Amino acid sequence: MKDPQTLNLADFRKRIGSEYWRSLNELSRDDFEQVVETEFPQGALALDRGVDRRDFVKLMGASMALGGLAACNRPAEKIVPYVRQPEGLIPGKPIFFASAMTISGYAHGVLVESHMGRPTKIEGNPDHPSSLGATNSFMQASILGLYDPDRSQVVRHLGEISTYSDFLAALQPELKAGAANGAGLRILTQSVTSPTLGAQIQQVLAQLPGAKWHQWEAAGGHNVREGMRLAFGSYANAVYHFDKANVVVALDSDFLERGPGHLRYARDFSNRRRVRKGTKSINRLYAIESGPTGTGSIADHRLAVKPSQVESFARAIGAGLGVGANAGATEHADWIAAVVRDLQKNRGTSIVIAGEEQPPAVHAIAMVINQALGNIGATVTITDPVEVAPVNQLDSLRQLVADMNVGAVKTLIIIGGNPAYDAPGDLPFVKAMDNVPFRVHLSHYYDETSMHVHWHIPETHYLESWSDARAHDGTISIIQPLIAPLYNGRSPHELLGALLGGMDQSPYDVVRAYWTAKAGALNFNNTWRKWLNDGVIAGSALPARTAGGTPAVPGTTDNRQPTTSSYELRILPDPNIYDGRFANNGWLQELPKPQTKITWENVALISPKTAVAIGYDDKRRDELVNEKQTLIANIRYRGKTLRTPIWVVPGHADNTITMFLGYGRTRGGKLATPSADVSGMLALELAPFHLSGGTAGVDVTPFRFADALHGGGGAEIELTSDGPYEIACTQEHQSLNVSDVGEDRGIIRSATFAEYLAKPDFVRDHKREVEQSKESMYPGFEYKSHAWAMVIDTSVCTGCNGCVVACQSENNIPIVGKDQVVAEREMHWLRIDRYYKGDAANPEVFHQPVPCMQCESAPCEPVCPVGATSHSGEGLNDMTYNRCVGTRYCSNNCPYKVRRFNFFHYSDYETPALKAQRNPDVTVRTRGVMEKCTYCVQRINAAKINAEKDGKSGRRVRDGEIVTACQQACPTNAIVFGDMNDPSSQVAALKSEPTNYALLAELNTRPRTTYLGAIRNPNPEIKG
Amino acid sequence: MPDQTPAHEIRPVTQEIPERFIPVPTVEPGHTFASVTDHISAIVLRKKMPFLWWVGLAASCFGVMVLTATIGKLVLVGVGIWGINHPIGWGFDILNFVWWIGIGHAGTLISAILLLLRQEWRTSINRFAEAMTLFAVSAAGLYPALHTGRPWYDFWLFPYPNTMTLWPQFRSPLMWDVFAVSTYATVSALFWYVGLIPDLATLRDRARGKIARVIYGMLSLGWRGSAKHWFRYESTYLLLAGLSTPLVLSVHTIVSFDFAVAQLPGWHATFFPPYFVAGAVYAGFAMVLTLAIPARKMFHLEDFITMKHLENMGKIMLATGLIVFYSYCMEAFFAYYSGNNFERYMWINRVSGPYWKMYAMLIICNGVAPQMMWFRRMRTSTAGLFAVAMFVNVGMWLERFVIIPTSLHRDFLPSSWGMYHGTRWDWGMFIGSMGLFFFLLFLFVRFLPMISIFEMRTMLPEAQAHPEGHEA
Repeated sequence: MKDPQTLNLADFRKRIGSEYWRSLNELSRDDFEQVVETEFPQGALALDRGVDRRDFVKLMGASMALGGLAACNRPAEKIVPYVRQPEGLIPGKPIFFASAMTISGYAHGVLVESHMGRPTKIEGNPDHPSSLGATNSFMQASILGLYDPDRSQVVRHLGEISTYSDFLAALQPELKAGAANGAGLRILTQSVTSPTLGAQIQQVLAQLPGAKWHQWEAAGGHNVREGMRLAFGSYANAVYHFDKANVVVALDSDFLERGPGHLRYARDFSNRRRVRKGTKSINRLYAIESGPTGTGSIADHRLAVKPSQVESFARAIGAGLGVGANAGATEHADWIAAVVRDLQKNRGTSIVIAGEEQPPAVHAIAMVINQALGNIGATVTITDPVEVAPVNQLDSLRQLVADMNVGAVKTLIIIGGNPAYDAPGDLPFVKAMDNVPFRVHLSHYYDETSMHVHWHIPETHYLESWSDARAHDGTISIIQPLIAPLYNGRSPHELLGALLGGMDQSPYDVVRAYWTAKAGALNFNNTWRKWLNDGVIAGSALPARTAGGTPAVPGTTDNRQPTTSSYELRILPDPNIYDGRFANNGWLQELPKPQTKITWENVALISPKTAVAIGYDDKRRDELVNEKQTLIANIRYRGKTLRTPIWVVPGHADNTITMFLGYGRTRGGKLATPSADVSGMLALELAPFHLSGGTAGVDVTPFRFADALHGGGGAEIELTSDGPYEIACTQEHQSLNVSDVGEDRGIIRSATFAEYLAKPDFVRDHKREVEQSKESMYPGFEYKSHAWAMVIDTSVCTGCNGCVVACQSENNIPIVGKDQVVAEREMHWLRIDRYYKGDAANPEVFHQPVPCMQCESAPCEPVCPVGATSHSGEGLNDMTYNRCVGTRYCSNNCPYKVRRFNFFHYSDYETPALKAQRNPDVTVRTRGVMEKCTYCVQRINAAKINAEKDGKSGRRVRDGEIVTACQQACPTNAIVFGDMNDPSSQVAALKSEPTNYALLAELNTRPRTTYLGAIRNPNPEIKG
Repeated sequence: MPDQTPAHEIRPVTQEIPERFIPVPTVEPGHTFASVTDHISAIVLRKKMPFLWWVGLAASCFGVMVLTATIGKLVLVGVGIWGINHPIGWGFDILNFVWWIGIGHAGTLISAILLLLRQEWRTSINRFAEAMTLFAVSAAGLYPALHTGRPWYDFWLFPYPNTMTLWPQFRSPLMWDVFAVSTYATVSALFWYVGLIPDLATLRDRARGKIARVIYGMLSLGWRGSAKHWFRYESTYLLLAGLSTPLVLSVHTIVSFDFAVAQLPGWHATFFPPYFVAGAVYAGFAMVLTLAIPARKMFHLEDFITMKHLENMGKIMLATGLIVFYSYCMEAFFAYYSGNNFERYMWINRVSGPYWKMYAMLIICNGVAPQMMWFRRMRTSTAGLFAVAMFVNVGMWLERFVIIPTSLHRDFLPSSWGMYHGTRWDWGMFIGSMGLFFFLLFLFVRFLPMISIFEMRTMLPEAQAHPEGHEA
């Protein structure tokens, strides 16, 4: 320092190369004390005379309090915010960064809200082709996964805590000891779309030609991949354009809620389905499926058939269109004929799409049909594969197991994934792995696989490390981190760097080097900045493939067992925890599954008819107190038996059993695994609330055979005599049928498109629909400035749950655990009600998101004795948490039951990692307090402040400036929020739609949240 | 007075009067001023407590400990230990509150309304009934105070000046409850205490131990029995009776507003106030009978609490029971006649839904059982009265169960329907509150005269010698 008289922080920064310092040591140099002395003479004096007791306590207190800040560092490398630069960081103002989350390798673009270096909320990236701003529940919940205190935090050698440098030291001799060409080295990854990672692996393989790369992903779209190869002769990728399709036929495909690009597909599909004034036509969706799905629930025609029958339907449709022969589907011939005619009318504007679990042949047939209809090139684009090196992953894993069994594998590097848990049940992966002398596993959790390896390395979360990945259409995103690794994780790029000999390559260098090479060094900085800023590399989508030829109708390849027995087994990834990777995510565990509303476990789904057939009849039903209890069955499949609760689902195919992956974990976090529940065992235990339990559920991998990953025929099911089993289900099987609820309550109002055209205000037909009166004993509220309101379109809601988790994330909503869900105390502010209408064998299904209605004449407000809930000048039913004493009267008086009470101290105040996750703009509620949806009032206020600061005298908040968390997440834009007082706002326009109706309007609560009637577009040629 | 028919109206007796037309006296013959005083004050001052008293005290003391443990857990952990959930925000807490408050009503009715109506037979049971009121209100008061999520902030329900310049919300029926119940508790306590003063003086004068003399002396506030004292006493007592009378009606009316003001089907009904008040009197008399019949036996008070008392209470039970049963019928009628699907479904669900057994039991306990009171033989049999009273106690509890959780568990949106059952902590608090009630009651019979001595004296024929003279 030139002038020791002043404390020049800028100089310090320059010297230590970073804006932030971690310790006084780092900051300190010889001259430091001198500076301090001049700056803080008293302080220096204190340092001189040593530390006395009082100062010692003060210092310790301060270091305890401030110590955590070191964890909130941004990564050392330069990352670029979405809109503004980090230099513009204003305390208390969030900054958004673009990044991408991968699910089964496919990138989903996100914008991550960051508060002072802490990522707190995930939103969709509007510029990303797979997201267009929408998010699913996985993306929303990934923020909790980042902070998950159960994530692996240390390198472990044989289970003992070790260090990464020890690992590197151990790895080198192994690499050198092996054959010079790397024979004996095996790398096992999940599906890889990352160009950089792919290049690194290829480089390893090039350096060590004897090494091999295997890929395995439990729910990795195996049949899609093989189906495309069957159709086109080589691996290919299909991108669908639902925005151009008038008619869609889904062959056991849940394309709106699952698989690469589903968010985009849902957006495109909904754009053709939405009915507004002047809409002349909407699209039509036929679904042939085995179990209820979001796609099936929005379909205009739905058939519930056994999974093995889908192929014959596909062939029959193909035969109808003149491709291939009819395999003899005689059932529903009229139905098929009508579908065929509809498809013929819409050549080039239709899509036939097959589901991930359907055998490759069905995918190939679907492609043939698309080809025959001229859809390929119009509504379906065939591109090169998005994956770096698509392989038959099952063969790949089989080969690896075979090699390991014969001792050909000397070093096994497992990058991500959990094969010890999710490898097919008949592949003895763990046993084979024991033959490998040097095993390494890079993973987020210390899981089943980690237990069986020599070296376990904690993996970085996608928000902690650099990478890249491709979207469903091939568009590349750079994954940029927002925070330095919280738990000392390492990224796959680092591990591969180590294999390549670069001992200390940072993932940033690897990724950037790869792209510098690709894009050329010229002006690369600006290019890079733009990529990071946008979250996508513009124009990197894969082009349509011209070569590849015409697909041909294949012979049957269904290798599932022939349907000799009457029951067919169907195994799907879980809608909430997928293949088990999200098993320790409390938000996802507690999320009611879209179709069954079950939380915290998996069950076997069967149809009502099958239930009766196996003896689950009215007599057994009498044992059950209510519909949240069920019975246990033994399911036998190819010599294996699993004991599982069964769940009767309307609309499920008969004689079919659906089971879900991901549960029954034995390792991998407190919530992922069942744990002994001690709370409540001691009657007088006075401990405060602790999340008890963990998850229940069964591991269905024993039923996953390598030749039938998705189940097959020949299953048997037998009801046990065991007593009722309690399911943490948030909603019973409510139907709208008059026989069940006494009379049409007008909750869901639906019509066909033809009926709508004839009578656009069909929602008014409800017999209790009354003119809302403004008469009141009290003077009415005047909404002079804004009048916030919401409209939810039930026509396009698929019940995907994206909004529910978004709300949980935005509003710091706690999870409560299975026991408390069983006790009916889940805390979601926004729930999605599901109703059935019609015959239980194949009912119509409706999804209705229910946030707070923000009634203008709110029943909750006058009954609160302390005035903790009050009416705002803009029409919100505000909740003053710190005034609430918790009488619960407001909840009793709420006809919509949208208020949620903290029966215990649900919010986790103790776990330090979770504190950082919370949204700082929203109170973390304590026990005994009522809470509820506020239309994200924190976002409203932020926007109002912004508007007020604008210009000299401020301006009015613009329409669209405030986006609620649920609205933001919604893939189908079913939720619209805005200012009703602004006649040009979108919400005001929707309020004037003829299909707009209020829930329980006859109570005269005058809700601000209203719904648009559900409109379906059935084919008039099909009756019933 | 039925037995004070003017002489000129007495017609010659031409035949034996059937036994049932001979009025049953309110004090058995043979008592003098001294014997009444001796008999009643001896229970407190001389006699050893009967064995059953010790058993009862021990059992109720255990109940108090259960209550303490429950409250401890409740305050430390939260109301989640109860069975309440979404959508059933109120369960045993408010249910038991209403039950206890209802029970208290008989005491006030007996002491205040029957006093103003000059129903002299009330004299021997009023002290006891008032004590019951007070203890029932104490037990009841626990519930609203502790049912809140954060009971340490309950004081926010009181309108007190504060730096936040925040007032309670006066539109909320819970707010009205605070005033209704606290007024009720205050007036009941005052009424009871004022009525005790002359007797406390008697005990002071008769006590042998010094401590007892000092304590009773302090409590009797220097009562010397002068005419001035009696004059002031009489006017205060009447004034308090006048104050209490509207409370009999108002407290349960306001409690019923908790429900009637809400828009929930099954709660939102205009006939709730009279229905609740009748139910309260009904429950109260059942409880008085439940307590009086064993106490009368235990302390040999048959001479003072005669069959006439018991029979009269049986009659009141019958009358109020019929009002209550009528209300049940009206509930069904309104559900049908309103044309409101939610109301209709609510009633169908009560009768045939998951809780139909509760409703069936309610009808048996509150609708069928009191019909026994039509029969004189039942009304004049302690066993019969006791049995019916027990039915009514249970029935009134079931009534609140049917009103509170059963209405909440299936309301407007089927998606939010749920189920409710009390946990062991719910039962613990219920049993505990009963323990508290009986514990206080056992202490009361031990330390205070359970029958008003000086008022009983006025019931004696000697006191009636001058019909134009004053009466109690």
